[in-house]
Amino acid sequence: MITRSDIPLRVINSSPEAILKAKKRTKRSFRQIRTENVFRHTLTIMGLIMVILVLGIMLTLAWQSRLSISTLGPKYLWSKVWDPVQDIYGAWPFLLGTLLTSFLALIISVPFSVSVAIFLGEYHPKGWLPDFLKNAVELIAAVPSVIYGFWALEVLVPYVRKFESAIGVEPVGVGIFSSSLILAVMIIPYAASLGRSMISLVPSHLKEAAYALGATRWEVIRTVVLPYTKSGLFAGILLSLGRALGETMAVTMVIGNTSLIPKNIFAPGNTMASVIANEFTEADKPVYLSALIELGLVLFLVTVVINLIGKKIIDRFTND
Amino acid sequence: MESTILKSRNFNASFGTNHVVKNVNIDIPRNHIIAVMGPSGCGKTTYLRCINRMHELIPGATSNGEMKLNDEDVYQMHPIFVRLKIGMVFQRPNPFPNLSIYDNVIAGYKLNGIKLPKGERDGIVERSLTKVALWKEVKDSLNKKGSFLSGGQQQRLCIARTVAMEPEMILFDEPTSALDPISTSTVEELFHELKANYTLVIVTHNMQQAARVSDKTAFFYMGELVEYDETKIMFTNPKDNRTQNYITGRFS
Repeated sequence: MITRSDIPLRVINSSPEAILKAKKRTKRSFRQIRTENVFRHTLTIMGLIMVILVLGIMLTLAWQSRLSISTLGPKYLWSKVWDPVQDIYGAWPFLLGTLLTSFLALIISVPFSVSVAIFLGEYHPKGWLPDFLKNAVELIAAVPSVIYGFWALEVLVPYVRKFESAIGVEPVGVGIFSSSLILAVMIIPYAASLGRSMISLVPSHLKEAAYALGATRWEVIRTVVLPYTKSGLFAGILLSLGRALGETMAVTMVIGNTSLIPKNIFAPGNTMASVIANEFTEADKPVYLSALIELGLVLFLVTVVINLIGKKIIDRFTND
Repeated sequence: MESTILKSRNFNASFGTNHVVKNVNIDIPRNHIIAVMGPSGCGKTTYLRCINRMHELIPGATSNGEMKLNDEDVYQMHPIFVRLKIGMVFQRPNPFPNLSIYDNVIAGYKLNGIKLPKGERDGIVERSLTKVALWKEVKDSLNKKGSFLSGGQQQRLCIARTVAMEPEMILFDEPTSALDPISTSTVEELFHELKANYTLVIVTHNMQQAARVSDKTAFFYMGELVEYDETKIMFTNPKDNRTQNYITGRFS
């Protein structure tokens, strides 16, 4: 299709030579159209590959766990005992452990990530300190998780142990609480950087409207910036949650790895991801291996469901 | 003798090293409409934003000199009180998109944490919307979002939001440059109504508008206040050559 902008304006009421020239230009735009088509098809193929990949992962997980699904049935999900030696497989302690650590980590990290987002997006977008802070926060995401796990084990856990004996619970140190703490640190950058870019996109004319009515900075943030960016902030938090649900290494190192249902948030436990990582190499029976893969499937589905719920909430925010 | 509401003496404003408002001296009389005109980049908008201390919100922006509202130094007051006394309407209509029409009008009270009984709030909303000739058009859709209104209605809503705070002065930064001709004339008619209660300072690109609506006109050029006089005199018999050149269209 030749759009009007392909034809130079001066062609209108112009000499035959000029029209000839313009036709030459349209020839060039046919080439552009071909490039455009190639580009569009490339994008479509790339997109399709992503869809096939996701569906493929899910189908593989489902197929590989067929043995476990057929022998253990749906009660696999809510059975409370996981004892591979006696071929008893119940995913509930790990499902609970995953949800507990992730949401606890989210609760701990949100105040930090939102504060960083507001500080960098609204208060101090420029200068050496914000630049330093921005890089530092992004670096948090770049540190390998095994290093977090190691640090948590060596530094964090002793403090948690002291804290636990101070408040009078069994001072194990490792457990749900320690895992949540280290997870909280690890997921801050996701919500913080998405939130920061959202906040810096708030149109200045809206902020000025509030300032001109006598609002303070905090009031501008509360009544203009946050309502305007709530869906973006929420999307960032969702991204953090997704990361927390799937994090394996750091959690495995400090969660205590027991297959029991945690009695409280300080007790040791296990998450789906860390069970898979820990026991995959030991799974000597087909049912055991299949049960672990089903655990992967459940983790996958939990992530999908939480993401869908999150998308619904974001939609509601945006239509608001 | 008319009383002066705002007085500037040797007022300067800069962005970093860029000196954009130079030594401005001006007396603005109460309940008058003052038009501020001049070519792009002449410092007129910057000067306007200095009056209610919006200028300082931009990083690197500085100002000095005397700016007195009713003999009280604007730069000694807390900026929030300044902005409550001197309202502002912007170039682009900017109602809060997440608030209803009703809440937009009352937004200033909400922002400042002033709690009012419902009856009083309703009164303010109705009065303010009536003042900007918007009440009849929106009285049945007060709970709809302000962003559903047309551009001209949105701009009047923004004026209503400012009027609701009962300021002494209202600053307009090219208030009709984003509006169609019909909305423009509605807003211009409004200026005459508002004059009875408020002092209006209107920055405009549009010379005809300055001539139509204002009592006095100030002409800014290259950051200086070149001439400031009765609008009639400014447009018929300007004293300065530069004013003469500007109004005859020799530069713009």
